[in-house]
Amino acid sequence: MTNLEKYINAFTTTFGIGESEVEGLEYQQIKAWDSIGHMSLVSAIEDAFGIMMDTDDIIDFSSFEKGKDILKKYDVEIESV
Amino acid sequence: MIDYEEILKIAPYSLCREEKEKLLSERLIRLTAFHYEQCGPYKRMLDAVGVKPEQIKTYYDIPFLPVSLFKELDLISVDRSEIFKVMTSSGTTGQAVSKTYLDKKTAGNQQKTLVKIVSDFTGSSRMPMLIIDSPSVIKDRAMFSARGAGILGFSIFGADKAYALDDEMKLNIKAVEAFLEKHQGKKILLFGFTFMIWQHFYKELVRLNRRLDLSDGILIHGGGWKKLVNEAVSHDEFNRKLHEVCGLTSIHDYYGMVEQTGCIYMECERGHLHASIFSDVVTRRAADFSPCGFGEPGIIQVVSMLPESYPGHSLLTEDEGVILGEDDCPCGRKGKYFKVIGRLKNAEIRGCSDTYAVNFR
Repeated sequence: MTNLEKYINAFTTTFGIGESEVEGLEYQQIKAWDSIGHMSLVSAIEDAFGIMMDTDDIIDFSSFEKGKDILKKYDVEIESV
Repeated sequence: MIDYEEILKIAPYSLCREEKEKLLSERLIRLTAFHYEQCGPYKRMLDAVGVKPEQIKTYYDIPFLPVSLFKELDLISVDRSEIFKVMTSSGTTGQAVSKTYLDKKTAGNQQKTLVKIVSDFTGSSRMPMLIIDSPSVIKDRAMFSARGAGILGFSIFGADKAYALDDEMKLNIKAVEAFLEKHQGKKILLFGFTFMIWQHFYKELVRLNRRLDLSDGILIHGGGWKKLVNEAVSHDEFNRKLHEVCGLTSIHDYYGMVEQTGCIYMECERGHLHASIFSDVVTRRAADFSPCGFGEPGIIQVVSMLPESYPGHSLLTEDEGVILGEDDCPCGRKGKYFKVIGRLKNAEIRGCSDTYAVNFR
């Protein structure tokens, strides 16, 4: 799996949504991505890439796009489509 | 208004009295003016007592609403369409629950503030986290209780999380031991509510005659002492007994309320509750509500920089407390430090720990 596939997979499995729905997705935009869903998403991403995010980054992780930027800090490069 | 993002960059216990009073007054007076304009009932209350926001000079002069008011009125200062979460207090059955209405900005600032405050005690790295509660508390997402919010707010500090109690509030000793085994040698964060920890964790460990090694752990707990005071369990005894069964030495109580989520008052290594720069406590005399001096017990007023979506930035609690000093706690943190004496007589039972404890009467 490429990093992009792993990244998308974390969203689709955590929130039970289709691949077509992740682009442009923001925190609190769908019911599943609430504060509880957010912590599940963080766990899924951390497991997928074997990293541990700082608390500040967890708070800043406010959208599908923003998350890609944050992951760069952890040397995880999400390929652009 | 001073951008809250800028305020968040200031270390939470770094300002002395004059600096803090200036910062708090500026922000809280602006908040008062904002709520006065945006919230009709709030404006009428201030008009009724003859207070004009532009005449207020210091945050000590901002009127305080009784916390119980949030049970009777829906107080909102933003458009209803902006509200995405309603937090409820942990009232016992038959009591009205208090409701605070949150928009994304206020909710986000609550979480960020909590992280700043707690990190000052735990360090910024996340730790394996054992939650001394039942996972069912956060299952119902529609009904967001103070207990669930507390657990969720602190969850951000957990790297790997486990619940110590099952859905029936029974200690799941196997799960606890497996979790500790898995994270052997690491610093563990334990979080829970005071009475639940005593009733379902400490007492069960004693009953099962089990000892756990949490000598490297840090326990953060809150939610009220009333039930334990009734059982004659003092703060010192609580700490001593927990040390006996699991070797814990780092135990921090905290004081806080759902109406000012995020701004909690953490207990330091010297056993004092501390006000951060994001909020403050003022104790007031029951006779005329004038501020008490240090060492003089009074009714606790809390002010917080956070509430923007509802007018909860200055509240009179139903708790009695005493301010012990300011800027000179031996732990090195600046700001006021205090202790909570207990609930005022005839006040309702509230607090995550105390409302749950009613079931054990």
